[in-house]
Amino acid sequence: MDETTLQINGRPYQFAADKETPLLTVLRELLDLTGSKYGCGEGQCGSCTVLIDGKARRSCVVPVWAAAGKQITTIEGLAKGEQLHPVQQAFLEEGAMQCAFCTSGMIMSAVSLLNAQRNPSEAEILTAMQGNICRCGTYPRILAAIRKASTLLQGARP
Amino acid sequence: MTPKPHVPFPIEPERYELTAPVSYVFQSDRREFFKFMGAGLFVACSFSKAEAFQGSGAARRNPEDSLPQEISAWLHIGEDGTVTVFTGKVEVGQNIRTSLTQAVAEELKTPVESIRLVMGDTQLVPFDMGTFGSRTTPIMNLRLRRVSSAARNVLLAMAAKQWNVDPARLHAEDGKIADPQTKRSLTYAQLVKGQQLTQVVRVEDPLIPPREWTIAGQPLPKVDGRDFVTGKHRYPSDQKLPEMFYGKVVRPRAFNATLVSADTTEAENLPGVIVVRDGNFLGVAAPSSATAQKAASLVRAEWKAEPQPSNKELFEYLKQHQLPRSEQNGNFRFESGNVDAALASAMRQLQQTYKVNYIAHAPLEPRAALAQWSEDHLTVWTGTQRPFGVRSELATAFHLPEEKVHVMMPDTGSGYGGKHSGECAVEAARLARAAKRPVKLVWTREEEFTWAYFRPAGVIEVRSAVGDDGKITAWEFHNYNSGAAAISTYYDVPNQRIEFHPVNSPLRQGSYRALAATANHFAREVHMDEIAHSLKMDPLEFRLNNLKEERLRAVFAEGAKKFGWAGTKPANHGFGLGGGYEKLGYVATFAEVSLDRNSGDIKILRIFATFDCGAIVNPDGLRNQVIGANIMGIGGALFEAVEFENGRVLNNLFSKYRVPRFSDIPPLETFLIDRKDQQPAGAGEAPIMGVAPAISNAIFDATGIRLRSLPLAPLLVPHGLRLS
Repeated sequence: MDETTLQINGRPYQFAADKETPLLTVLRELLDLTGSKYGCGEGQCGSCTVLIDGKARRSCVVPVWAAAGKQITTIEGLAKGEQLHPVQQAFLEEGAMQCAFCTSGMIMSAVSLLNAQRNPSEAEILTAMQGNICRCGTYPRILAAIRKASTLLQGARP
Repeated sequence: MTPKPHVPFPIEPERYELTAPVSYVFQSDRREFFKFMGAGLFVACSFSKAEAFQGSGAARRNPEDSLPQEISAWLHIGEDGTVTVFTGKVEVGQNIRTSLTQAVAEELKTPVESIRLVMGDTQLVPFDMGTFGSRTTPIMNLRLRRVSSAARNVLLAMAAKQWNVDPARLHAEDGKIADPQTKRSLTYAQLVKGQQLTQVVRVEDPLIPPREWTIAGQPLPKVDGRDFVTGKHRYPSDQKLPEMFYGKVVRPRAFNATLVSADTTEAENLPGVIVVRDGNFLGVAAPSSATAQKAASLVRAEWKAEPQPSNKELFEYLKQHQLPRSEQNGNFRFESGNVDAALASAMRQLQQTYKVNYIAHAPLEPRAALAQWSEDHLTVWTGTQRPFGVRSELATAFHLPEEKVHVMMPDTGSGYGGKHSGECAVEAARLARAAKRPVKLVWTREEEFTWAYFRPAGVIEVRSAVGDDGKITAWEFHNYNSGAAAISTYYDVPNQRIEFHPVNSPLRQGSYRALAATANHFAREVHMDEIAHSLKMDPLEFRLNNLKEERLRAVFAEGAKKFGWAGTKPANHGFGLGGGYEKLGYVATFAEVSLDRNSGDIKILRIFATFDCGAIVNPDGLRNQVIGANIMGIGGALFEAVEFENGRVLNNLFSKYRVPRFSDIPPLETFLIDRKDQQPAGAGEAPIMGVAPAISNAIFDATGIRLRSLPLAPLLVPHGLRLS
């Protein structure tokens, strides 16, 4: 067990865990940040996606030591107070969810994509989202939500 | 405890609906209930016995209570105007929390925001057999509309009494009762203030007809959508209690294994670890999931298992292992006319065999349960489509009366018919009893792919005869193992023999979205295509030539028009269709594929589904379900199959078992027929049925290669073709 501090959603979290513990386990079990989900444990379904220094990462395969010293954002840290992130807003408006278990991972992957490219092509969207599974088959609406968020973000400011 | 990991699970919900015991006990007497709810107006509805029994179950009379036997819906209006509605149906992504809210808002004439649904809590809701079989909309929606309409009438009567006027001149609107003559109005909150009223109403109220709906019938976003996009919603796997331990089950290497010996010393030496060995059950509980995992890995267990078949010999195995004919085994046989004579005298005959592999539900949230004991009371939070069924499983496993078991179902990360059983809840409860504290157990993906149950594999043999006029004269259809759902043909055939042959399945099998309807439609609709081609008839025309059912004709004809069936088809493109009827839903699915003759690449260019499920309650939610069913159908049609060998599942991870991803989805269109003249029906299942036959038939049209097994993609390889 090692004392570790992680910077999550703009604030430090201190806890004791083995350095090899997956970040997802720390988030869910020690810090009660349960918005990131366990779906496979092998980085194949995307339910656990968080941002590490702004980029989408599968937290189920990121050990704690690899996240130390970096800025981590989870779904809980995306909205600014009551103000939803444009991607969250777009998912709501497009009804881009059914059971919604994949939703937080989908949103984090989409935020990562739009961080890097505000106006992604269809092919870029598919590539960025290919690692996220929605078993309910909400894919067309998720794509629509990402396009809508892209428009919202481009309108926001350069 | 005697664990029952291999209890054969009935294939059809139709079958367990017949056998499931109706055992509701109204646990909270009215005083307790009011303590829970606070003051206000409580309205319960009684239905005719026959209707109450249909799908949702009846209540046993409790001598302490005056509630009649057939109570199966109730709601409460609180002093602040909040309407709390109680239903045993559960939310697994089909969006019924929203569509049922709309139904209540419509009949009670109160804003959507004032309504809260309590779902799947066995202590608070009326008995319900489960959320399956597309029954929520045709049955629970209707029932909640009725209880709401009854509550509205009670409120009208209360206002009329207060004002001393005829209730007929009053009307309900926006959470208020208004008197147009005096312009007075009273909110529901004002009306029920200080009341402790219980009304049991026998329901015969006329309902608001779909044509006059203003809240139902409209798109409405998910009522709690914000909780999902912010990560706030707590799924079963997110539940937590103070002092909780984490569980882990030590699994055998093969199905049907018996525990011979277990050395648990090393595991028990870890701090805080509890090891449970009870019959064939072996598991651990620990203060953290990491410790639980480590402890489980340190258990040295020896299991004994008999050799078991593999998927390579699956279809021969199914034919060779039929169960003896009995009602209990679910045999189904239908015969009309004289099929043997019709086949013998026919000019044209066709005989073909179709096969369907086992597939997995793979709900994104694996099974999860949190169990807590308080003396001999057991409380479990778990993701299940049958909270009352899980309550029974727990009561049986721990020799408890059902009223000592409380099951709660937080809105769950999907089910698709795959979460009818309560094994995870039983395991968590067993560990919690030993640990003397709450225990949470979340199955791993590997466990979910292995120890849950599967959609049944099947072999279907079809024999048909057709006259030169394109009329089918004989139809013989034998389904081995996959099930009897939608086994009957909707085409008009004078001579039929249709039979379902139950089999001693090599894998644990159970329900799945649309059940065997997908396999039976695949065989029937591909076979119809084969007959049409043998007659050189247009496959659509051939179907319509043999079909009288008006609503099914309508989806075929409307779909064909919208799809452009009769339009020009580019060279090397193929059109295919498949459709049918199940669970009050009518579907026709059309597909277009292209073949690149140089590379051998086959591409699905578009899928078009036409669907009629009666009057539409929420077009937005419905579209999500129909598109979702189509996408799930693409997985089973093209590439999903459980590979197994000697009691083990070989492809038990998402890296080995391919489910549809973003790039697998062709342009999908749906055309929804809103039949305001019909009662609303469920929509989660039927749209999946047309996908596989439509794609298979389209591939034949483009390539001349007939694919008769699911999944289709592996069958292309020997022909030098592949899906791109």
